[in-house]
Amino acid sequence: MSSEARREALGAIVKSEAGLVLASLIAGFGDFDLAEDALQDAVAAALERWPRDGVPQSPAAWLTVVARRRVVDRLRHQAMRTDKAAALRASEELRRAELAAAEADDNVPDERLRLLFTCCHPALSPEARVALTLRTLGGLSTEAVARAFLLPVATLAKRLERAKRKIREARIPYRVPPETEWTVRLRSILAVLYLIFNEGYSASDSPLEARRALCEEAIGLARVLAALLPREGEVHALLALMLLHDARRDARVGPDGIFVPLDEQDRRRWRSDELLEGLAALRAAAARPGRGPYQVQAAIAAAHAVTPNGADTPWHILAALYAELEALAPSPVVRVNRAVAEGRARGPAAGLGLLAALEGGDAARNLAEYQPYHAARADLLRRAGRAEEAAAAYRTALDLCSGEPERRFLARWLGEIVRGPQPDKPELGARGSRD
Amino acid sequence: MQYALLFYNPPLELVPASEREARLTGVLADMLAWRKELEGAGVFRTNLRLAGVDAATSLRRKGDDVFVTDGPFAETKEILGGLVVLECADLDEALGWARRCPIVRIGTVEVRPEFGAPR
Repeated sequence: MSSEARREALGAIVKSEAGLVLASLIAGFGDFDLAEDALQDAVAAALERWPRDGVPQSPAAWLTVVARRRVVDRLRHQAMRTDKAAALRASEELRRAELAAAEADDNVPDERLRLLFTCCHPALSPEARVALTLRTLGGLSTEAVARAFLLPVATLAKRLERAKRKIREARIPYRVPPETEWTVRLRSILAVLYLIFNEGYSASDSPLEARRALCEEAIGLARVLAALLPREGEVHALLALMLLHDARRDARVGPDGIFVPLDEQDRRRWRSDELLEGLAALRAAAARPGRGPYQVQAAIAAAHAVTPNGADTPWHILAALYAELEALAPSPVVRVNRAVAEGRARGPAAGLGLLAALEGGDAARNLAEYQPYHAARADLLRRAGRAEEAAAAYRTALDLCSGEPERRFLARWLGEIVRGPQPDKPELGARGSRD
Repeated sequence: MQYALLFYNPPLELVPASEREARLTGVLADMLAWRKELEGAGVFRTNLRLAGVDAATSLRRKGDDVFVTDGPFAETKEILGGLVVLECADLDEALGWARRCPIVRIGTVEVRPEFGAPR
C-alpha cells in the first residue's frame, strides 16, 4: 500500500470512530470544546504512530485513552496557574482513575445516545441541532457542514459556538431523558436526522459530494440509533424511509438531465442493496407496537419499491396511505402528495378537489410560495385537459423552482401544452413562441 | 444552579371582562398549588409578583443625563408579570417545573439560568 493510500485508510478508520470517541469524551468531561481539542490531538498522534506501530486492536479505545490524557494534561496546566498544590493532587487522582478505567476494558462505552439527545435538545434552535449533530456525532468538519448547507464557514462556526455556549450556560444535561419526555425528545432526534437527509437528498445547488456526505451521515446515525434503541419502531421506520429514497437517487434524473417522477423511473438504476436493507428495516418497524408517521411514509416508499413496472403503481393504496399519514401528521406537504396519488387513483378531479380544500385553510397564505403545490396542480390540470390553467400553474411552479432537473421537467410539460395544436388558444401560442 | 422562571402574560385589561374573574381565580389557585409543589421538592428559592406595567418607570441614559420615563422597557402584548427562582440540577429539571407552571396556559414562561456557568 502506498503511504498516501495508507494515510487515507487510517483517516477513514479515525473518522468512523470519531463520533464514538467524542461522545465518550464529552460525557466524561462535560465540555464540547475540551473534548474536540483533545480528540484532534489524539488523531494527530494516531496518524503519526499507527503507520509505524500498526493500527491498535481497538482504535476507539486507543484514541480515547490518548485524548483523555491530553484533557488531563490541559486541565492540570490550567489549574497550575491558580492553585498548584490542589491542581497536582487533582490531576494525579484524575490520571489514576483514567488509567485504571482504560486498563479495565478495551471497549469504549457507547455514549452516543446521550450525546444525540443533548445535540437534539429542544432548547436549541433546529439549525443548531442539525449543525451540532453533524459536527459531533457525524464527525464532519465545520467546513464540510457549511459547504453542504451553502453557508459561510464563519456563520456555521458562530452557530456551533452559540449552541455549545448555551449547553454550558443553561446546563443542558448529557442524559437520556426520562420516560415522561421520551416521545417528544426522540421525535426531535428523528426530525434532525431526517432534516439532514433531506438537505442532502434535495436537489440544491451545493456540491454533490457535500450532499452525499449528509445522506450518508443521516443513514449512518439512524443505523446507530436503531442498534441502540432496537425496540423503537419509528427509528427503524426512519432508517427504512431514508434507505428506500436513497436507493433511487441515480434514477431521479434521466440522461437528458430532466427530473423523472417515481412511477416513470428506470428500475434498473435503483440500488438493490439499499432497497433490501430498507425493506428489512420497514419489517422491523412493523413488528414493533405503534405505527407512526415515519412508518407510513416508509410504507409509501416501499409500495413504489416493490412495483417492478411503474405503470402498475398501486395508486389506490398510495392514496389510502397518504390519507393515513395526513391523519397522523397533517401538513400541506402531505396533502399535496395525497392529491397527486388520489388524482391518479380516482381521476384528476378528485386530486384537484383535495388541493382546493387546502386553498381555504390556514396554510393558504404560504401556498402561493410552495412550489410542489403548483407543480402538482399543473399536473392534475393537464391530466384533466384544462390546458390553459395548467400552463399558468406550470409557469408559477417554474418561477418558484430551484433545481435544474425539475426546472427542465416542468418546462418540458409547459412546452408540450403550449406548442401543441391549440388553434383556439392564440395567446398561449404567442407566449410559447418567445421561448 | 439557579434558574429564573419569568412569567409573561397578557395584561389583565386585555382579557375579556367575562373571563377575567374565572381566569384570575383559576390561575391564582393553581399557582398556589404549584408553589407548594416547588417547596415540597425543595427547589423553591424566591418569587416576586409584579404590579402592571402602568406602574412601571424606566430609566435610560441619553448623553450625559439619565432620563426617567413613565412606562415599561418595551410595549409588548405580553408583559413580565412575575418570576420565581428555583434551584435545579440542570435545564431539564427547570424545564420540567416550568412545564407544570399554570402560566403556560395563558402566556409564556421564559427559563433563564443564572450567570456564571464555568467556561
